[in-house]
Amino acid sequence: MAVMTYREALNLALREEMRRDPRVFVMGEEVGLYEGAYKVTQGLLKEFGPARVVDTPIAESGFTGLGIGAAMLGLRPVVEMMTFNFALLALDQIVNSAAKMCYMSGGQYNVPLVIRGPGGPAAQLAAQHSQSMETYFYHVPGLKVVRPTTPMDAKGLLKSAIRDDNPVIFIEAETLYPVKGEVPEDPDFVIPLGQAIVRREGTDVTVIAYMGMMYRSMEAADELAKEGISVELVDPRTLRPMDVDTIIGSVRKTHRVVVVEAGAGFAGMGSEISAFVTEHAFDDLDAPVERVTGANAPMPYARNLEKLKTPSKDKIAAAIRRVCNANGS
Amino acid sequence: MAKTIPERKGPSALGVDAELARRLLHDMLLIRRFEEKAAEAYALGKVGGFLHLYIGEEAVAVGATSVLRADDYAISAYRDHGHCLAKGADPRRVMAELFGRRDGLSKGKGGSMHLFDRSVNFLGGHAIVGAHLPLAAGAAFAIKYEARDAVVVCYFGDGAVPQGEFHESLNLAALWKLPVIYLCENNRYAMGTSTDRALAQTEIWKFGQTYGIPSEKVDGMDVLAIREVVGRAVARTRRDKTPSLIEADTYRFRGHSMRDPAGAVYRTKEEVEREKQRDPIVMLRERALKAGILTEADVRAIEKDVNDRIDEAVAFADASPEPPDEELFTDIYKED
Ligand SMILES: Cc1ncc(C[n+]2csc(CCOP(=O)(O)OP(=O)(O)O)c2C)c(N)n1
Ligand SMILES: [Mg+2]
Repeated sequence: MAVMTYREALNLALREEMRRDPRVFVMGEEVGLYEGAYKVTQGLLKEFGPARVVDTPIAESGFTGLGIGAAMLGLRPVVEMMTFNFALLALDQIVNSAAKMCYMSGGQYNVPLVIRGPGGPAAQLAAQHSQSMETYFYHVPGLKVVRPTTPMDAKGLLKSAIRDDNPVIFIEAETLYPVKGEVPEDPDFVIPLGQAIVRREGTDVTVIAYMGMMYRSMEAADELAKEGISVELVDPRTLRPMDVDTIIGSVRKTHRVVVVEAGAGFAGMGSEISAFVTEHAFDDLDAPVERVTGANAPMPYARNLEKLKTPSKDKIAAAIRRVCNANGS
Repeated sequence: MAKTIPERKGPSALGVDAELARRLLHDMLLIRRFEEKAAEAYALGKVGGFLHLYIGEEAVAVGATSVLRADDYAISAYRDHGHCLAKGADPRRVMAELFGRRDGLSKGKGGSMHLFDRSVNFLGGHAIVGAHLPLAAGAAFAIKYEARDAVVVCYFGDGAVPQGEFHESLNLAALWKLPVIYLCENNRYAMGTSTDRALAQTEIWKFGQTYGIPSEKVDGMDVLAIREVVGRAVARTRRDKTPSLIEADTYRFRGHSMRDPAGAVYRTKEEVEREKQRDPIVMLRERALKAGILTEADVRAIEKDVNDRIDEAVAFADASPEPPDEELFTDIYKED
């Protein structure tokens, strides 16, 4: 184990996989000479050269499609979106080309491609640069969608994503890049896609959250512990395929559920989780599932409004208290 | 850079031997008859959805494929029967795909617009206009990355030219010197929109010049001219690892799809009749006969062989079962 930042963990995962497999290459805007808009690809150009660390012009649809074509012939591209906001320009390529190639070809062509970069709320970047993007992708059969919360997950999940034979949408967070944590240095360390993790064991309520919302829920759980409420925190880590078993297992233990997400709530991750909790574990529930979501508004610029947009620790704590005091049984 | 092929006469001047003439005629006729049968099957309800016929444009796919190696790649849009068959796909499996049957190339899950055949390096039919142009650049990128000397031919319509992805792809292919030949089948219409209503520059080959890509225009009804122009581009692309752009002047004799049977509102009957005089199959046949390279008996033998193969394809597709229900959920992901 070594202590490193989330950013360094991603960088190490890229290096290890590029050393391990010559078919892996990195492509995107400013990934080489500039060393990454957020420095995730720092030093890669020096180690691997311009054939494998490819600076692209600003043409998201073009270079994403190019990555898909290269993957059809067996390369394993890691395409960086400078931020995931710009992936919308490549949405057709991701949804109509990458996700469906295997199916449309009856299994003849698969697309071992990773599209990675930061997404989610960031500090005062306003409506077009600060938003949760995973909803656009996890709806689509054929894609896998990962949101890694910790440095260890960032490394282990990125390595699995690169080794996966399917297109993986890997959305990091600008706000998490400097976060430090323990990370195994073993190049064989991977975390399989599709496995949730219980980050904190508890008995009274299951809180499901990821990325920044997981850290905020952690703070809420600390506070509530002092009030005698024992919170179990579950991080899905992979949103598609979702580890339903781990989540349902926790619900059967605590009988109460709160889902926290940064994105606007309508048709969001919380909607999906509360639907399958109801389908699979309705009889186990002692209270209705609560969702704590981002406001149904674009991200404003002003500091005070921005604060209102994303769930706060207090809002999360209040929802947990409500669920725990409810008496549905 | 646009070249016109000088008119030449006489047997030797045709520049092809009997074997090649026979193959070109055979391959064009195979596509023609395949599609005529597909249209019949559509009328009978055996083929559903969108069905886009390539009838009239066969010279482009056949001429281009005839200068490719087996390890070269081809990729196309949704009007893809001709490209897929020319590349060497088994007509039986293509027909079964159109019929939505288990023995289709994609087990019946792709249909007419999404033909793929990995065994002959056919990278698929793609139905979002413009979207397969970056894929072609990507295949060429992979070839270059692995230091192979194969090339990619990317067929696309005039309708893809105003799309951003056309320009993004040309720029990337030129910038990174990718071995891809962009081959525009300019049949003058994107559905009902003629090129002069869609393009500020209707001379499509000229877009290549902006990106420093060697570009030419060719008579898309003349299979021998296509061989010459595409052959030159393939040799250059293979040797220099530079992209090429070719604009083939062609015409579709049928409507945009089976839902636009006559193609009547946006073009005149006279225009269609006039263009049918340029039928690429008739032209090659007449030239080969006149030049004494093929005899009437040769032509009859080719026709018989083609008809037999197409009858077989239909019988095969008819006999193939529907895909089993489990196929709904297979191939969504590649399992390891
Ligand atoms: C992005 C996109 N927009 C619209 C369509 C609907 N559409 C299907 S074919 C077509 C015309 C394309 O014409 P062209 O590229 O010239 O090919 P052709 O049909 O002439 O072979 C249109 C508009 C589509 N499939 N994709
Ligand atoms: Mg057209």
